[in-house]
Amino acid sequence: ENLNETSSSKNPQLAMSGRRYDGRTTTFSPEGRLYQVEYAMECISHAGACTGILTKDGVVLAAEKKVQSKLLDQEHNGAPSDVSSEKMFKIDDHIAVSVAGLTSDANILINHARIVAQQHTFTFQEPMPVEQLIQTMCDLKQVYTQYGGQRPFGVSFLYAGWDPHCGFQLYHSDPSGNYNAWKATAIGGANDATTISLLKQEYKEDLTIDDAILLAIKVLSKSLDTTTLTPEKLEFSVLKPGQQATEAKFHILTPKEVTEYLDRAKAIREKEEAQKKKEEEEKGKK
Amino acid sequence: KRRRLTMADILLGVTGKDYVLLAADRSAARSIIVFKNDEDKILELDSHKLMATSGPQGDRTNFGEYIQRNLQLYNLANSVPLSTHGAANFARRELAEALRRSPWQVNSLIAGFDKKGPSLYYMDYMASMHKVDKAAHGYGAYFTLSVMDRYCVKDMSLEEGLSVLKKCIHELQTRFLLKCNSFILKVVDKDGTRIIDMDGNTVEPPKPKTFNKSDDSDSKADE
Repeated sequence: ENLNETSSSKNPQLAMSGRRYDGRTTTFSPEGRLYQVEYAMECISHAGACTGILTKDGVVLAAEKKVQSKLLDQEHNGAPSDVSSEKMFKIDDHIAVSVAGLTSDANILINHARIVAQQHTFTFQEPMPVEQLIQTMCDLKQVYTQYGGQRPFGVSFLYAGWDPHCGFQLYHSDPSGNYNAWKATAIGGANDATTISLLKQEYKEDLTIDDAILLAIKVLSKSLDTTTLTPEKLEFSVLKPGQQATEAKFHILTPKEVTEYLDRAKAIREKEEAQKKKEEEEKGKK
Repeated sequence: KRRRLTMADILLGVTGKDYVLLAADRSAARSIIVFKNDEDKILELDSHKLMATSGPQGDRTNFGEYIQRNLQLYNLANSVPLSTHGAANFARRELAEALRRSPWQVNSLIAGFDKKGPSLYYMDYMASMHKVDKAAHGYGAYFTLSVMDRYCVKDMSLEEGLSVLKKCIHELQTRFLLKCNSFILKVVDKDGTRIIDMDGNTVEPPKPKTFNKSDDSDSKADE
């Protein structure tokens, strides 16, 4: 929230002083800020919004698609993918990410994460603990804020993961290389702060995956400021328990499944509105 | 000849219901010379893992300490400890990678207790590894594996496990050419690792030798 207030687009005076110290990532400003890192985060606010919700039996990731068109071959010619889509990417069987920012930058980091995860399995013959993978990704992001004179990655990630140590987990990392664990959060888009405050009100510890998807639809429709949601606009994925207790399964919802949830959300919303209207009428009568 | 360098050390391991018991002989010797009789060949890799190693002294200690230090680093760098399975496979991978470069001639037994309970891994100097319930390395194996097969049962208590090990040691002391007077016994269970004696009582770890003139009995030689 702090960064939104002081970002150059909203505070012209700071933009002036920023211009002297923003040319290189490796320079602090006199106020002790790294402008390139902040500009990278500004870049992410122009990207499609992503939301992540943690439940006791899985993690839900939802995202707004930027490239929306009927011409898009979403279903990969009839072979839907559980590995990648516009915003969601599988890193390993038990870890997946959704992306907000420059997809080309994201691809580099995702390739790196996939290799690191396999190297861990190669050495230890067991899946990599989720937080460790995120630490290696963030360590890589941090390098570009300190050495080399190359710009930082213009990507934020929401990570959904499962491991035997901590169960289901949700994390967020940003271009500075900082990360945090969350129960529910949002990144990207112009209104992620609004979305987060909505989530704060509506999130409950005992949500099921179903509830979480419907909640994600609710908050995304508010932040996108539209009630006409279609599978062309939104993407959902779920990380849930696999066949065995020691496994997790990542699934990107097909357009058909997305439509089912959107219809259900619509029905719930209409019911709530009807209820509200009824209450107001009764209040008016009194 | 390579194999024979690892044969003389005796390593034994037995898994029970909720523990793993490792035993190793205490002599460090090569050819016809005995260097010492109180060598501890079982390393504590971390609070809930043990690794018994056999082979030439240099390789044995170097490999053991390398794995031990790397596991300590893992525990510090990461918020979750490594499972026994993970640690054993890490050790195997290191041995395997070095095999065709500059190999360590080290046979080992890795024992640990984690969320999945007790587990024992048998690994030979060529980095072939397997999870087992009972194991022995070197010449000692020729004498003791049959004893273990005969007397080990599933879900043994610590007393039962110790009695099997006592039979193994008795067999060695009766029939094995090389003198094996003393063994070091270590057990790992949910409470961690500890040294025990033949009756199952916890033994204090041997104090390292100090170099003060007052408590070293050889000080007279210096004078």
